[in-house]
Amino acid sequence: MAKITLDNLAHSYSDRPTSEDDYALKELNHDWADGEAYALLGASGCGKSTLLNIISGLLQPSQGRILFDGHDVTHAPTAERNIAQVFQFPVVYDTMTVRQNLAFPLRNRGADPAYVASRVQAIAAMIGMEGTLDRKARGLTADAKQKISLGRGMVREDVNALLFDEPLTVIDPHMKWELRTQLKTLHRDFGHTMIYVTHDQTEALTFADKVVVMYDGRVVQIGTPQQLFERPAHTFVGYFIGSPGMNVLPADIRGDTGTVGGSAVALGGDYGTPAGNTELGVRPEFVRLSAGGDGLPVTVTRVEDVGRHKIVRADAHGTRIDAILPEGAPLPANADRATFDPRGVNVYADKWRVAPVGEAA
Amino acid sequence: MNKTVNQKAWFLVLPVLVLVAFSAIIPLMTVVNYSVQDSFGNNEFFWAGLEWFDEMLHSERMWNALGRQIAFSAIILAIEIPLGIFVALNMPKSGVWASFCLVLMSLPLLIPWNVVGTIWQIFGRVDIGLLGYTLDAVGIEYNYTQDFFAAWATVIVMDVWHWTSLVALLAYAGLQSIPDAYYQAAKIDQASRWAVFRYIELPKMAGVLMIAILLRFMDSFMIYTEPFVVTGGGPGNSTTFLSIDLVKMALGQFDLGPAAAFSIMYYLVILLVSWVFYTVMTNLDKRDGV
Amino acid sequence: MALTLDGVSKSVNGQVHVHPIDLTLEAGTMNVLLGPTLSGKTSLMRLMAGLDAPTKGRILWNGEDVTGQRVQDRGVAMVYQQFINYPSMTVYDNVASPMRLLGKSKGEIDAAVRRAADLMRLTPFLDRKPLELSGGQQQRCALARALVKDAGLVLLDEPLANLDYKLREELRAEIPNIFREAGSVFVYATTEPEEALLLGGNVATLWEGRVTQFGRTPDVYRQPVDATTARVFSDPPMNFVDVTVRGGTARFGDVEAPATAATAGLADGTYLAGFRPNHLTLEAAGPDALTFTGTLAVTEITGSETFVHVDYGDRRWVGLIHGVRNLPLGRPIPVHLDPAHAYVFAEGGALVAAAPYAAAA
Repeated sequence: MAKITLDNLAHSYSDRPTSEDDYALKELNHDWADGEAYALLGASGCGKSTLLNIISGLLQPSQGRILFDGHDVTHAPTAERNIAQVFQFPVVYDTMTVRQNLAFPLRNRGADPAYVASRVQAIAAMIGMEGTLDRKARGLTADAKQKISLGRGMVREDVNALLFDEPLTVIDPHMKWELRTQLKTLHRDFGHTMIYVTHDQTEALTFADKVVVMYDGRVVQIGTPQQLFERPAHTFVGYFIGSPGMNVLPADIRGDTGTVGGSAVALGGDYGTPAGNTELGVRPEFVRLSAGGDGLPVTVTRVEDVGRHKIVRADAHGTRIDAILPEGAPLPANADRATFDPRGVNVYADKWRVAPVGEAA
Repeated sequence: MNKTVNQKAWFLVLPVLVLVAFSAIIPLMTVVNYSVQDSFGNNEFFWAGLEWFDEMLHSERMWNALGRQIAFSAIILAIEIPLGIFVALNMPKSGVWASFCLVLMSLPLLIPWNVVGTIWQIFGRVDIGLLGYTLDAVGIEYNYTQDFFAAWATVIVMDVWHWTSLVALLAYAGLQSIPDAYYQAAKIDQASRWAVFRYIELPKMAGVLMIAILLRFMDSFMIYTEPFVVTGGGPGNSTTFLSIDLVKMALGQFDLGPAAAFSIMYYLVILLVSWVFYTVMTNLDKRDGV
Repeated sequence: MALTLDGVSKSVNGQVHVHPIDLTLEAGTMNVLLGPTLSGKTSLMRLMAGLDAPTKGRILWNGEDVTGQRVQDRGVAMVYQQFINYPSMTVYDNVASPMRLLGKSKGEIDAAVRRAADLMRLTPFLDRKPLELSGGQQQRCALARALVKDAGLVLLDEPLANLDYKLREELRAEIPNIFREAGSVFVYATTEPEEALLLGGNVATLWEGRVTQFGRTPDVYRQPVDATTARVFSDPPMNFVDVTVRGGTARFGDVEAPATAATAGLADGTYLAGFRPNHLTLEAAGPDALTFTGTLAVTEITGSETFVHVDYGDRRWVGLIHGVRNLPLGRPIPVHLDPAHAYVFAEGGALVAAAPYAAAA
């Protein structure tokens, strides 16, 4: 288990990067705590896989250092880093049995056979595969194979970190739940440092203690799921996390009031007069629709019934506003006004969140 | 998987059936016809029953040729398959050099058999051939027309030169289909180079290697042109493989009956071996499905 | 226009891939095939397209038998999970290709291509090659090609499965709008219940080669005909508990209550009750609520909601709780269920009584 330090780290795939745009990964300085579960979340091409490959040693960063527990491993080969990785597509040794697969990393390191046998038995119990130990890995289902790759990672007790590269991509929705909770349980019981790369917000939020949201080669926010939901640091975080994402409305900000297309919106805090291009961010969960009365004039365009709630799509001065209605709550007839719960309103200047006066930094 | 039924499709297959009938079935029947009859020329035939088969089964000459043939196929398989895999493993995986290697590797495959034979026939000559001359100059006695060992070595090296590329290209295709993640996982598991080969590369190549072995076996088992051009089957009968012997018998001595019986047995042996390969290969596939 | 499957079934080498199915799909409708991997979605689509011939039964197009007809003669468009385009052609030529095959005039082709490109937001990329585009753009190109073909039957086989989560969300919202105008019969295969709900229209739930139910999507969601359908159409999976009804009382697991709601008026016997994760609560909702004491195994926080995984007897339940909850793991936890949210199934799985709330929704 190890603390992972990214020190001044950056990477460019071009030999002679001239501008910041040439960097797939822009300068990073972070400490990732020992024993925590992190998720790297972002769209494809945001740099999350580049970062993972630097941590696992498959890629040498063009700048900066990476440290495990204070030891510089920037130029150490993968095998010396004592990390384990689970890939997008299950990687198992087809011709070996499940038992041989699990024993492989220990055998390669010349471990004592009695120790190997007991360790394999323990890991098999952890991943729930004691019954299939003597089957050939070839022909097992995708989720069983992913469990084997996970087991192969955990079989070494000295493993520094477990890395996951979109491990649930090929797994059926029902099995996803099972595997994810199993992973969560394993993390709780054994406290490995885990890094999980995904583009799926649900996977990232439910798995991780801390989610690292990446956008265009940058880390835009690191926070608990709750922080990302309630106080997105960047409009991209607001958009990317949440389904549907946060509504973003151009607004003028004066103190504790915002003006959107001529309608006043209470902000729930004093924001002064922030410079730059100002916007309001409101999650659909904090939008209420009513017929007449105060609020922003809107036109409802479509209602989607997702079962446990309804998503109402509406239009306000050409900007789309989504609202979430709980199951069983009816949409008022002729709904044409939207109001926002002030607790759920965030203010953005040039895409970055502005803290209200008095908020602890 | 059965597709949409369309009876008209049979008409499209018909020309092929006719062609196959003329090119394979009718000649084969002619051979069967010869194998059970005796002829003294003048187009007169006499019923001989299984006499020729019996004679051939007890013919030392044929057994010797078969022995040489099996030895030849075994040796070239034992060299070409590992060598082809070795070459494939060391070829660049991508980039300009990969394309360059691919072109280079396919060159020998494009040369006609008799040209290959002629090239090596001249190459090995002590008077004007680069190989023969050099060997002679450094004091190694080398004469493929008189020395048994030199003749075999020449024929084998020639076949290896001609056909290892095929094995290498097939193995290379097999290697290319292995996702990078496997190599990364192996690094993480600290697998040795040998373990990577044994547990990742070899299993993934198994399918194409079976095809390579089958192709090389059938082709080498029927080899005729190259040794005929280089050694003419000599010295003595030392490189007289089955098909060379067969031609000698049929055209040199005009023993049509025994030659026909010989052909049929030859054919059955190849069929048998191919069937064994086919069974092994389909079982390999089945194992995948379990 | 309508596509009718009349007793269609498919067996390969004695193995049944598709059990006999009767189904009529009307023009201008979105029909979702929902089921896990290998449940027969793709087999069914191949039968509809005419790529495979059914073992038994007939396929009718507008009442005309087309069972033996070739795919080429049927007017079918298909989009796959993989992004399939002609790599050497520009996006424009890719989209135009089906019309060129039909021998349409240049002007007609140009108009149709530009319209489709506009709908799919591909206009700026018309001169590029598919491989120069992002995954989402490549799939939009494939969708545009299906659109211009003006086929009577459009088959979409998990078209969004290989795309990033957020992109999927956007295309999912666009697809029903775009295709509604076209007036064809749409068939859309997916493994995700939420996708089925968002697409709306009709849904056919599949399980092991059988269509378990077909109907309007919200109806199937709220009125499943059996436990299998309910399980397929619930993500996270539906929770189950054994129920014994005897003389006016119903015993849910260890909890005895008067037989009300779905258990009211049931004959004495044993049944299976099912309820969705969002109906499991931590606070008693109403006086009739049943209170179970389970053990909390795992919690997952999404930022605004918490998934609680509770072991009750030998069953694992999932509850979707509003708000962020930090609860002690491994401890007994009381959870509540309003009987109005419980479906009752017979031991064989057939629905005996729907949850009363569903009738109101």
